[in-house]
Amino acid sequence: MKDVKVLGPGCKRCQTTEDMVRAEAERLGVPVRIDKITDYAAIAGYGVLSTPGVVVDGKLVHAGGLPKVEDIARWLTA
Amino acid sequence: MPYRLAIADGTVPALEYTHALWRVTAMTIASPADPRRPNTGLWFAATLAALAAWVALYSQLVPLSGWVVSRLPLVPGSASAESVRFFVYDTPKVLMLLTLVVFAMGVVRSFFSPERTRALLAGRREGIGNVAAAGLGIVTPFCSCSAVPLFIGFVSAGVPLGVTFSFLIAAPMINEVALGLLFALVGWRVALAYLGFGLAVAIVAGWVIGRLHLEGWLEPWVLAVRSGGAAPPEETPSPVDRIRAGIEAVRDIVGRVWAWIVAGIAVGALIHGYAPADLLAAIMGRDAWWSVPAAVLLGIPMYSNAAGIIPVVEALIGKGAAIGTVLAFMMSVIALSLPEMIILRKVLTVRLIALFAGVVGLGILAVGFLFNFLFA
Repeated sequence: MKDVKVLGPGCKRCQTTEDMVRAEAERLGVPVRIDKITDYAAIAGYGVLSTPGVVVDGKLVHAGGLPKVEDIARWLTA
Repeated sequence: MPYRLAIADGTVPALEYTHALWRVTAMTIASPADPRRPNTGLWFAATLAALAAWVALYSQLVPLSGWVVSRLPLVPGSASAESVRFFVYDTPKVLMLLTLVVFAMGVVRSFFSPERTRALLAGRREGIGNVAAAGLGIVTPFCSCSAVPLFIGFVSAGVPLGVTFSFLIAAPMINEVALGLLFALVGWRVALAYLGFGLAVAIVAGWVIGRLHLEGWLEPWVLAVRSGGAAPPEETPSPVDRIRAGIEAVRDIVGRVWAWIVAGIAVGALIHGYAPADLLAAIMGRDAWWSVPAAVLLGIPMYSNAAGIIPVVEALIGKGAAIGTVLAFMMSVIALSLPEMIILRKVLTVRLIALFAGVVGLGILAVGFLFNFLFA
């Protein structure tokens, strides 16, 4: 079970990021738990400067803008 | 890839060649999950072809819109004819220019990131730090929904408060889209002045806020945040990634702001056709000193996308409004936006937001007066 957190105050891109992760996980058949972190203090705690950010299994892997699909696949299968 | 072979052989005629490039480009864009390495040369060729197509189309715009206007049932010289003409000429022109500017900025911005900017600014002394922050504010990718994490990230990494403010003021105020459109529609002198004075306001306002030592005016939890966790591993984007970033920027920004622009052009068209020049000169002319503060005040609650305001600026200047007054209005609309202040309220106390708006407003006011004086 991959633990994915999407960091963002709830802008459109954050939602898109979550959808992308969900779709990619489904395609790869990887079980995931996706949490959305919208609290600013928590977001800042991960050291993210621009949203959306993506945290996989407690590790920050992406910040700022939509992630690339091939990157999502890499994170989920790592 | 059969296309590539054919191109290498030189057997494909020019038109089909361009077409083939586009097909390949479209395929690559459509399936970003494709693990194959994209072909750099092909991407460059496709980009060049697209630029050439842009130039060809743009050079035909005037006859094309002239033809459209001539087909419309309008009384030549009437106010409605003038309005329609403005609209028909400007809409495709502005949208095409916007696409080009946004693409170029998307590529430029792929060389910068907020993380790198923070690293450059951390521990920097005030003064030079304010200058650097204002400059970086123009090119660092930034959207107002990231304003809060960015603010906290900067402050917790040891970027002085005043330097952070210089960045936060410059980032929205010197808008690359506005700059590009001003350059193309109004002229390089006004565009350059906008750039120079925008930077000056960001530098001075940030410096003033820094001198006041207002760390105590932040929301208390902000200073307590330990920005833990390392920044995500930075990968240097490939040239193809940079072109993709440009295309992505076009898709995102042009897709989002085109309606604003059409609305702005419509307003500009109405001003161009119907607003009496005498009235505008009296209200927004150089002799009416009070028009500058009025323009700033009027601009604060107004919220428009930077791109939407430029056609209005173009029309106002064409009608004899003073440049300083118009610039002050434009900067106020773009830089002092209520939605952004509401977002920043999460980290700043009301006092600090009021001071921020006050200092920036005064700076814009000074720019307006100075400009009207200089271009007298």
